[in-house]
Amino acid sequence: MTPGSVLFAVCAALCLSGALLVVTAKNPIRSAMGLLTTIIGIAGLFLRLNAQFLAAMQILVYAGAVVILFVFVVMLLGPGAGADAKPLQRPSFSQLVAGGLVAFLGALAIGLIGNGDEHLFGPIDATTHGSVAAVGGRIFKQGLVPFELATALLLVAVVGAIAVARSRPSGLRPKAKVVENPTTRMFKGPVNRPGAAGAARENA
Amino acid sequence: MELGLVIEHYVLLATAIFAIGAIGFLMRRNVLVQLMSIELMLNSVNLTLVAFNRRFSGDMNGHMFAFFIIAVAAAEVAVGLAIVLQFYRLRGSVHSDEASSLRH
Repeated sequence: MTPGSVLFAVCAALCLSGALLVVTAKNPIRSAMGLLTTIIGIAGLFLRLNAQFLAAMQILVYAGAVVILFVFVVMLLGPGAGADAKPLQRPSFSQLVAGGLVAFLGALAIGLIGNGDEHLFGPIDATTHGSVAAVGGRIFKQGLVPFELATALLLVAVVGAIAVARSRPSGLRPKAKVVENPTTRMFKGPVNRPGAAGAARENA
Repeated sequence: MELGLVIEHYVLLATAIFAIGAIGFLMRRNVLVQLMSIELMLNSVNLTLVAFNRRFSGDMNGHMFAFFIIAVAAAEVAVGLAIVLQFYRLRGSVHSDEASSLRH
Protein backbone atom coordinates (compact mmCIF):
# COMPACT_ATOMS: atom_id res chain seq x y z
CA MET A 1 0.00 0.00 0.00
CA THR A 2 1.51 3.26 -1.11
CA PRO A 3 0.44 6.59 0.44
CA GLY A 4 -1.62 7.27 -2.68
CA SER A 5 -3.54 4.03 -2.21
CA VAL A 6 -4.20 4.85 1.41
CA LEU A 7 -5.46 8.31 0.45
CA PHE A 8 -7.77 6.84 -2.18
CA ALA A 9 -9.15 4.21 0.18
CA VAL A 10 -9.75 6.68 3.00
CA CYS A 11 -11.41 9.24 0.72
CA ALA A 12 -13.58 6.62 -0.98
CA ALA A 13 -14.74 5.34 2.41
CA LEU A 14 -15.48 8.92 3.49
CA CYS A 15 -17.48 9.56 0.32
CA LEU A 16 -19.56 6.41 0.54
CA SER A 17 -20.27 6.60 4.26
CA GLY A 18 -21.20 10.29 3.98
CA ALA A 19 -23.49 9.64 1.02
CA LEU A 20 -25.23 6.83 2.88
CA LEU A 21 -25.61 9.08 5.91
CA VAL A 22 -27.23 11.79 3.76
CA VAL A 23 -29.85 9.40 2.49
CA THR A 24 -30.56 7.39 5.63
CA ALA A 25 -30.42 9.96 8.43
CA LYS A 26 -33.73 11.02 9.93
CA ASN A 27 -32.40 14.34 11.18
CA PRO A 28 -31.52 16.83 8.38
CA ILE A 29 -28.57 18.10 10.43
CA ARG A 30 -27.07 14.64 10.25
CA SER A 31 -27.74 14.61 6.52
CA ALA A 32 -25.86 17.90 6.20
CA MET A 33 -22.93 16.45 8.12
CA GLY A 34 -22.96 13.45 5.79
CA LEU A 35 -22.87 15.82 2.82
CA LEU A 36 -19.88 17.58 4.42
CA THR A 37 -18.10 14.22 4.82
CA THR A 38 -18.70 13.36 1.17
CA ILE A 39 -17.45 16.75 0.05
CA ILE A 40 -14.25 16.45 2.05
CA GLY A 41 -13.69 12.97 0.65
CA ILE A 42 -14.14 14.20 -2.90
CA ALA A 43 -11.74 17.07 -2.24
CA GLY A 44 -9.17 14.48 -1.15
CA LEU A 45 -9.77 12.51 -4.34
CA PHE A 46 -9.26 15.73 -6.32
CA LEU A 47 -5.87 16.09 -4.63
CA ARG A 48 -5.04 12.50 -5.60
CA LEU A 49 -5.93 13.40 -9.20
CA ASN A 50 -3.63 16.47 -9.21
CA ALA A 51 -6.55 18.91 -9.16
CA GLN A 52 -5.34 21.24 -6.43
CA PHE A 53 -7.36 24.24 -7.57
CA LEU A 54 -10.60 22.28 -7.70
CA ALA A 55 -9.92 20.70 -4.31
CA ALA A 56 -9.61 24.20 -2.82
CA MET A 57 -12.77 25.32 -4.65
CA GLN A 58 -14.60 22.25 -3.41
CA ILE A 59 -13.77 23.00 0.21
CA LEU A 60 -14.45 26.74 -0.16
CA VAL A 61 -17.72 26.61 -2.04
CA TYR A 62 -19.31 23.37 -0.89
CA ALA A 63 -18.08 23.03 2.67
CA GLY A 64 -17.90 26.77 3.23
CA ALA A 65 -21.11 27.93 1.57
CA VAL A 66 -23.49 25.15 0.56
CA VAL A 67 -23.38 23.07 3.74
CA ILE A 68 -23.55 26.23 5.87
CA LEU A 69 -26.64 27.31 3.92
CA PHE A 70 -28.26 23.94 4.56
CA VAL A 71 -27.48 24.16 8.26
CA PHE A 72 -28.85 27.70 8.42
CA VAL A 73 -32.10 26.66 6.78
CA VAL A 74 -32.46 23.71 9.15
CA MET A 75 -31.91 26.12 12.01
CA LEU A 76 -34.52 28.55 10.64
CA LEU A 77 -37.10 25.84 10.14
CA GLY A 78 -36.55 24.41 13.61
CA PRO A 79 -38.19 21.11 14.47
CA GLY A 80 -40.35 21.26 11.33
CA ALA A 81 -37.29 20.50 9.23
CA GLY A 82 -37.20 16.89 10.34
CA ALA A 83 -40.73 16.07 9.26
CA ASP A 84 -40.30 13.25 6.81
CA ALA A 85 -42.37 10.63 5.12
CA LYS A 86 -45.23 8.86 6.66
CA PRO A 87 -44.38 5.17 6.73
CA LEU A 88 -44.79 3.78 3.26
CA GLN A 89 -47.04 0.78 3.04
CA ARG A 90 -46.66 -0.43 -0.50
CA PRO A 91 -43.90 0.14 -3.05
CA SER A 92 -44.58 3.43 -4.76
CA PHE A 93 -43.63 4.35 -8.30
CA SER A 94 -40.56 6.21 -7.03
CA GLN A 95 -39.33 3.15 -5.17
CA LEU A 96 -39.77 0.98 -8.24
CA VAL A 97 -37.78 3.50 -10.29
CA ALA A 98 -35.09 3.55 -7.62
CA GLY A 99 -34.87 -0.23 -7.57
CA GLY A 100 -34.59 -0.37 -11.33
CA LEU A 101 -31.85 2.25 -11.23
CA VAL A 102 -29.88 0.26 -8.67
CA ALA A 103 -30.18 -2.88 -10.78
CA PHE A 104 -29.09 -1.04 -13.93
CA LEU A 105 -26.10 0.66 -12.32
CA GLY A 106 -25.05 -2.55 -10.59
CA ALA A 107 -25.13 -4.44 -13.87
CA LEU A 108 -23.15 -1.61 -15.48
CA ALA A 109 -20.52 -1.71 -12.74
CA ILE A 110 -20.18 -5.50 -12.90
CA GLY A 111 -19.80 -5.28 -16.66
CA LEU A 112 -17.14 -2.61 -16.21
CA ILE A 113 -15.17 -4.76 -13.78
CA GLY A 114 -15.51 -7.91 -15.83
CA ASN A 115 -14.25 -6.15 -18.93
CA GLY A 116 -10.70 -6.95 -17.88
CA ASP A 117 -8.42 -4.32 -19.37
CA GLU A 118 -7.91 -1.42 -17.01
CA HIS A 119 -6.85 2.05 -17.96
CA LEU A 120 -3.89 3.42 -16.08
CA PHE A 121 -3.43 7.12 -15.68
CA GLY A 122 -0.71 8.38 -17.94
CA PRO A 123 2.22 10.51 -16.90
CA ILE A 124 1.59 14.20 -16.43
CA ASP A 125 3.55 17.29 -15.58
CA ALA A 126 2.68 17.30 -11.89
CA THR A 127 3.80 20.90 -11.37
CA THR A 128 1.33 22.44 -13.81
CA HIS A 129 -1.52 19.94 -14.14
CA GLY A 130 -4.47 21.24 -12.15
CA SER A 131 -2.66 24.27 -10.81
CA VAL A 132 -4.36 27.63 -10.47
CA ALA A 133 -2.35 28.97 -13.41
CA ALA A 134 -3.29 26.11 -15.72
CA VAL A 135 -7.01 26.04 -14.90
CA GLY A 136 -7.24 29.81 -14.82
CA GLY A 137 -5.51 30.09 -18.16
CA ARG A 138 -7.92 27.58 -19.64
CA ILE A 139 -10.94 29.40 -18.23
CA PHE A 140 -9.84 32.86 -19.30
CA LYS A 141 -8.59 31.86 -22.74
CA GLN A 142 -11.16 29.33 -23.89
CA GLY A 143 -14.07 29.82 -21.51
CA LEU A 144 -14.27 33.54 -20.97
CA VAL A 145 -17.87 33.99 -22.13
CA PRO A 146 -19.22 31.11 -19.98
CA PHE A 147 -17.22 32.46 -17.08
CA GLU A 148 -18.82 35.89 -17.37
CA LEU A 149 -22.22 34.26 -17.79
CA ALA A 150 -21.56 32.29 -14.60
CA THR A 151 -20.89 35.51 -12.73
CA ALA A 152 -24.18 36.93 -14.04
CA LEU A 153 -25.92 33.69 -13.03
CA LEU A 154 -24.57 33.93 -9.49
CA LEU A 155 -25.65 37.54 -9.19
CA VAL A 156 -29.14 36.78 -10.46
CA ALA A 157 -29.35 33.76 -8.15
CA VAL A 158 -28.38 35.82 -5.12
CA VAL A 159 -30.90 38.57 -5.92
CA GLY A 160 -33.58 36.00 -6.70
CA ALA A 161 -32.93 34.05 -3.52
CA ILE A 162 -33.26 37.23 -1.44
CA ALA A 163 -36.44 38.25 -3.28
CA VAL A 164 -38.02 34.82 -2.88
CA ALA A 165 -37.05 34.40 0.75
CA ARG A 166 -38.16 37.87 1.85
CA SER A 167 -41.62 37.98 0.32
CA ARG A 168 -44.52 36.57 2.29
CA PRO A 169 -46.58 33.83 0.63
CA SER A 170 -49.76 35.94 0.89
CA GLY A 171 -47.94 38.78 -0.85
CA LEU A 172 -48.52 36.98 -4.12
CA ARG A 173 -52.20 37.94 -4.01
CA PRO A 174 -53.56 41.46 -4.34
CA LYS A 175 -54.07 43.37 -1.14
CA ALA A 176 -57.88 43.17 -1.23
CA LYS A 177 -59.32 40.81 1.34
CA VAL A 178 -60.65 37.84 -0.61
CA VAL A 179 -63.79 36.67 1.15
CA GLU A 180 -65.43 34.21 -1.18
CA ASN A 181 -63.86 31.27 -2.94
CA PRO A 182 -62.69 32.61 -6.33
CA THR A 183 -63.47 29.37 -8.18
CA THR A 184 -67.15 29.60 -7.32
CA ARG A 185 -67.23 33.33 -7.98
CA MET A 186 -66.09 33.06 -11.60
CA PHE A 187 -68.52 34.08 -14.40
CA LYS A 188 -71.36 34.75 -12.04
CA GLY A 189 -71.72 38.48 -12.10
CA PRO A 190 -71.80 40.75 -9.10
CA VAL A 191 -72.41 39.40 -5.64
CA ASN A 192 -75.98 39.69 -4.39
CA ARG A 193 -75.72 39.82 -0.67
CA PRO A 194 -79.14 40.61 0.85
CA GLY A 195 -77.63 42.30 3.87
CA ALA A 196 -75.34 44.47 1.80
CA ALA A 197 -78.09 45.44 -0.63
CA GLY A 198 -80.43 46.30 2.20
CA ALA A 199 -77.80 48.43 3.86
CA ALA A 200 -77.14 50.23 0.57
CA ARG A 201 -80.84 50.96 0.11
CA GLU A 202 -81.10 52.26 3.61
CA ASN A 203 -78.12 54.51 3.07
CA ALA A 204 -79.66 55.85 -0.14
CA MET B 1 -1.50 -2.71 -8.36
CA GLU B 2 -1.67 0.64 -6.70
CA LEU B 3 -5.19 1.50 -5.66
CA GLY B 4 -6.62 4.59 -7.27
CA LEU B 5 -4.29 4.74 -10.23
CA VAL B 6 -6.81 3.21 -12.59
CA ILE B 7 -9.73 5.21 -13.91
CA GLU B 8 -12.16 2.34 -13.27
CA HIS B 9 -11.89 2.89 -9.52
CA TYR B 10 -12.99 6.48 -9.84
CA VAL B 11 -15.81 5.68 -12.24
CA LEU B 12 -17.10 2.95 -9.94
CA LEU B 13 -16.94 5.21 -6.90
CA ALA B 14 -18.72 8.01 -8.77
CA THR B 15 -21.36 5.54 -9.97
CA ALA B 16 -22.00 4.45 -6.41
CA ILE B 17 -22.30 8.03 -5.15
CA PHE B 18 -24.58 8.97 -8.04
CA ALA B 19 -26.80 5.94 -7.39
CA ILE B 20 -27.04 6.76 -3.69
CA GLY B 21 -27.96 10.35 -4.54
CA ALA B 22 -30.56 9.34 -7.10
CA ILE B 23 -32.13 6.82 -4.75
CA GLY B 24 -32.18 9.37 -1.97
CA PHE B 25 -33.89 11.87 -4.24
CA LEU B 26 -36.54 9.35 -5.21
CA MET B 27 -37.11 7.72 -1.82
CA ARG B 28 -36.98 10.55 0.68
CA ARG B 29 -39.84 13.02 0.98
CA ASN B 30 -37.97 15.73 2.88
CA VAL B 31 -37.20 18.56 0.46
CA LEU B 32 -33.95 19.41 2.26
CA VAL B 33 -32.69 15.86 1.95
CA GLN B 34 -33.73 15.80 -1.69
CA LEU B 35 -31.66 18.94 -2.34
CA MET B 36 -28.68 17.32 -0.60
CA SER B 37 -29.12 14.25 -2.81
CA ILE B 38 -28.92 16.51 -5.86
CA GLU B 39 -25.63 17.84 -4.49
CA LEU B 40 -24.35 14.28 -4.14
CA MET B 41 -25.11 13.60 -7.80
CA LEU B 42 -23.41 16.80 -8.94
CA ASN B 43 -20.34 15.91 -6.88
CA SER B 44 -20.07 12.47 -8.41
CA VAL B 45 -20.21 13.99 -11.89
CA ASN B 46 -17.43 16.38 -10.90
CA LEU B 47 -15.35 13.41 -9.80
CA THR B 48 -15.71 11.65 -13.16
CA LEU B 49 -14.88 14.87 -15.04
CA VAL B 50 -11.65 15.36 -13.10
CA ALA B 51 -10.72 11.68 -13.32
CA PHE B 52 -11.16 11.60 -17.09
CA ASN B 53 -9.21 14.82 -17.40
CA ARG B 54 -6.38 13.15 -15.48
CA ARG B 55 -6.55 10.18 -17.86
CA PHE B 56 -6.62 12.21 -21.08
CA SER B 57 -4.57 15.10 -19.82
CA GLY B 58 -4.14 17.13 -22.93
CA ASP B 59 -5.80 20.23 -21.54
CA MET B 60 -7.81 21.45 -18.54
CA ASN B 61 -11.26 21.15 -20.05
CA GLY B 62 -12.54 18.72 -17.41
CA HIS B 63 -11.41 21.03 -14.65
CA MET B 64 -13.11 23.95 -16.36
CA PHE B 65 -16.41 22.11 -16.59
CA ALA B 66 -16.16 20.98 -12.97
CA PHE B 67 -15.56 24.60 -11.97
CA PHE B 68 -18.71 25.71 -13.78
CA ILE B 69 -20.69 22.87 -12.22
CA ILE B 70 -19.58 24.04 -8.77
CA ALA B 71 -20.72 27.60 -9.57
CA VAL B 72 -24.10 26.46 -10.91
CA ALA B 73 -24.61 24.14 -7.93
CA ALA B 74 -24.01 27.01 -5.53
CA ALA B 75 -26.59 29.16 -7.35
CA GLU B 76 -29.06 26.28 -7.44
CA VAL B 77 -28.74 25.68 -3.71
CA ALA B 78 -29.27 29.35 -2.89
CA VAL B 79 -32.48 29.58 -4.91
CA GLY B 80 -33.66 26.13 -3.87
CA LEU B 81 -33.30 26.84 -0.17
CA ALA B 82 -35.14 30.15 -0.56
CA ILE B 83 -37.98 28.24 -2.20
CA VAL B 84 -37.91 25.69 0.64
CA LEU B 85 -38.23 28.52 3.16
CA GLN B 86 -41.26 29.93 1.33
CA PHE B 87 -42.75 26.47 1.02
CA TYR B 88 -42.39 25.97 4.76
CA ARG B 89 -44.10 29.30 5.44
CA LEU B 90 -46.94 28.37 3.10
CA ARG B 91 -47.56 24.80 4.24
CA GLY B 92 -45.82 24.51 7.61
CA SER B 93 -43.93 21.45 6.41
CA VAL B 94 -41.02 20.42 4.19
CA HIS B 95 -42.73 17.25 3.06
CA SER B 96 -42.57 17.26 -0.73
CA ASP B 97 -45.96 15.59 -1.09
CA GLU B 98 -47.46 18.76 0.41
CA ALA B 99 -46.52 20.69 -2.74
CA SER B 100 -49.80 19.91 -4.49
CA SER B 101 -51.26 23.36 -5.18
CA LEU B 102 -50.98 22.89 -8.93
CA ARG B 103 -52.68 19.52 -8.85
CA HIS B 104 -56.17 19.84 -10.30
